[in-house]
Amino acid sequence: MSQRVRLVAFAAIVLVVGTVMTAYAVGAASSYRRAYDRPPSVATEEETVNGPRIVFRHTGIDEQYGAVASVQLDDPGGARACTNIDCDRVDATAQVTSCLRTEPGVVTKFSLTEYDLEGRKIQRVALPGVPSRTRLSPDGSLVATTTFVAGHSYMEVGFSTATEIRDVGGDGRGNLERYTLILDGQEVTPRDRNVWGVTFAGDDTFYATVATGGETYLVEGDLRAKTLTSVADQVECPSLSPDGTRIAFKQASERDGARWWTPAVLDLATGERTVLSTEQRTVDDQIAWLDDRTLLYGLPRDDEPGVTDVWSLRTDGLSRPQLFIQQAWSPAVVRP
Amino acid sequence: MYITLSDRPATPVGHGDGRRRVAPVVVTLGLVSLVTDISSESVAAILPLYLTGVLGLSTIAYGFIDALYQGVSALVRIGGGWAADRSGHPKWVAFLGYGLSVVARFFLLFSTGLAAISAVISADRLGKGVRTAPRDAMISAATPPDRLGAAFGVHRTLDTIGAAIGPLLAFAILWWIPGSYLTVMVVSLGFAVLGVAMLGLLVPDRPPVTPRPQRAPVSWREVAQPSLVRLLVIAGALGLLTVGDGFIYLALLESGEFAAYWFPLLYVGTNVAYLSLAVPVGRLADRFGKATVVICGHVALLGAYAAAASAWDPTASTLLTLLLLGAFYAATDGVIAALAGQLVPAQVRASGIASAQTVVAVARMASAAGFGFLWFLLGPQQALVLVGALLLVALPVALGVARRIDVSAEVATR
Repeated sequence: MSQRVRLVAFAAIVLVVGTVMTAYAVGAASSYRRAYDRPPSVATEEETVNGPRIVFRHTGIDEQYGAVASVQLDDPGGARACTNIDCDRVDATAQVTSCLRTEPGVVTKFSLTEYDLEGRKIQRVALPGVPSRTRLSPDGSLVATTTFVAGHSYMEVGFSTATEIRDVGGDGRGNLERYTLILDGQEVTPRDRNVWGVTFAGDDTFYATVATGGETYLVEGDLRAKTLTSVADQVECPSLSPDGTRIAFKQASERDGARWWTPAVLDLATGERTVLSTEQRTVDDQIAWLDDRTLLYGLPRDDEPGVTDVWSLRTDGLSRPQLFIQQAWSPAVVRP
Repeated sequence: MYITLSDRPATPVGHGDGRRRVAPVVVTLGLVSLVTDISSESVAAILPLYLTGVLGLSTIAYGFIDALYQGVSALVRIGGGWAADRSGHPKWVAFLGYGLSVVARFFLLFSTGLAAISAVISADRLGKGVRTAPRDAMISAATPPDRLGAAFGVHRTLDTIGAAIGPLLAFAILWWIPGSYLTVMVVSLGFAVLGVAMLGLLVPDRPPVTPRPQRAPVSWREVAQPSLVRLLVIAGALGLLTVGDGFIYLALLESGEFAAYWFPLLYVGTNVAYLSLAVPVGRLADRFGKATVVICGHVALLGAYAAAASAWDPTASTLLTLLLLGAFYAATDGVIAALAGQLVPAQVRASGIASAQTVVAVARMASAAGFGFLWFLLGPQQALVLVGALLLVALPVALGVARRIDVSAEVATR
């Protein structure tokens, strides 16, 4: 092949590839506009819900996608009131809403924004990575965030989670990975350590997961002493029940060579575990408690990328999971 | 583009002399790397978002996959270098490596599970491992020894421009069409195809300037020249004291708000510093000795540790850290490849370059493991100070060895 033929062939490839790329992108853009310009397919209402309610992220593919919405606690399948606040992950108490957000732009950024009861911004804090979990303390004075920090760099790609607790409207209490770690009664300093999934207990105490050396531990954290002390192992993403006696979490197992998580409950006083294997699907979420006997968690739909539903599951180990709120994610139970 | 990339002499002597330009094949290889890096970095930038946001996978699992394949890539490098020398066709070995990445990108469009995606990512990594040494050997073969530093500088500049454009392009697409990760992947596949087509059609298999010796089996004894062994020893030793930039960014994160706010952009800052310094530093390497410049690069690295650890002013120390990291890459990545290619006979050049790159990669992996330990034992700042102190002790010794390597490189050139 002569140099000329090669040049012509290359130019032809550039033309074809360029056309295909552009056509695909334009097609994707117009179908995006079509999908996200339509009104929600579920019932909505204008009136904001003020009494006992479930606050969540609306995930229907429509003009409200990603909006924080709420339904009445006694009618979760009823009409939802959408706000104009968009979040990836949300938690709420009667006073405060914490919202983790991916902010698109020429460079994508991430943030935590705290809102008051009227939806006014209390403060916005830049986050170093992709939002994963957020939890408020029951009185709304502390907020925990877990983000996934992809240490993107030229020669290596590393990763770590960054989990932080802050005073709402105030400063951070430091990255939890730097807290003193006490496993099985011994202070340890492992290099591979990740902390995630905070759930608040009292004013200065909380529970979280620590992963190190391929094992996961449930730790009790002390904000004042800056310590994390293990109380059980094989517990991921804990969530403390409203009465403070039990921890809901996801139990890891191996299925088809991949991780599989099943909802489970640990009794803190007796150490008794109940794996709720009536849930056959893998649950990768920080579970919320609807009441002292019922769990809530989100599951993605297999056939519709981006759409999720919130399911409920009684902790008796016999009941089957039930669809609780459709087109929803990141549920938070608010009882003013 | 060709005019701005031509290697103009620093002094007025010999101006207008066409021989001082970088060989066209170096620029073409640079453009191949540029479009390929747009392809790979655009996907790499969105992958964490895609895995967690769309596929709903745990982020922990993602980090796990990633670490696993680092080692595989390092070992494949040696194989790529060996195959290039053995066959005498570095272009087609490199082509295989680029082609593997195209295939990986194609399958990425249909991958939904963690296992499938990790298989695709590992295929991409393998492709990168295979192609690097043969490509660098082609740059060496097309360039006279006294201009190798500049030639590698031009190549790495183009390469890094691609690495800087890729994430910006990906985020711009997501901004335009929120959530359309598939569009990013289609565009990434397109650029990968362009890269491989450019290599296949526009890069000659054998550069006409140097006559190739007869096809001969690769003898590792030929590769193990005393001066190359010295280079491997100091590159390996210094590699052990090289803290990955991921850790340095995380250390900056502890220092203040500025780094947290700009965190997603820090690596772009390093890339910009790297691409603007690669050519001038390469020219310095040609003039003052490549091994000496590699040592100077590690002085810049030491400065980056100091700036990241001190944090006297969050904004200034962050910017200074990125600049020094860029200078470190400019003085090491291409320069080590250029030097390794120069220290061994031409028929085992790719193997020589691959050995140096593998030693550096393995040493840095070991360093990451060790530094992670120090990080939690001492805290980020103190850990950086400790590694910096060790580097400070090692540098004068390394400089002595480096001077000897430069002298042998000078002799080998004559």
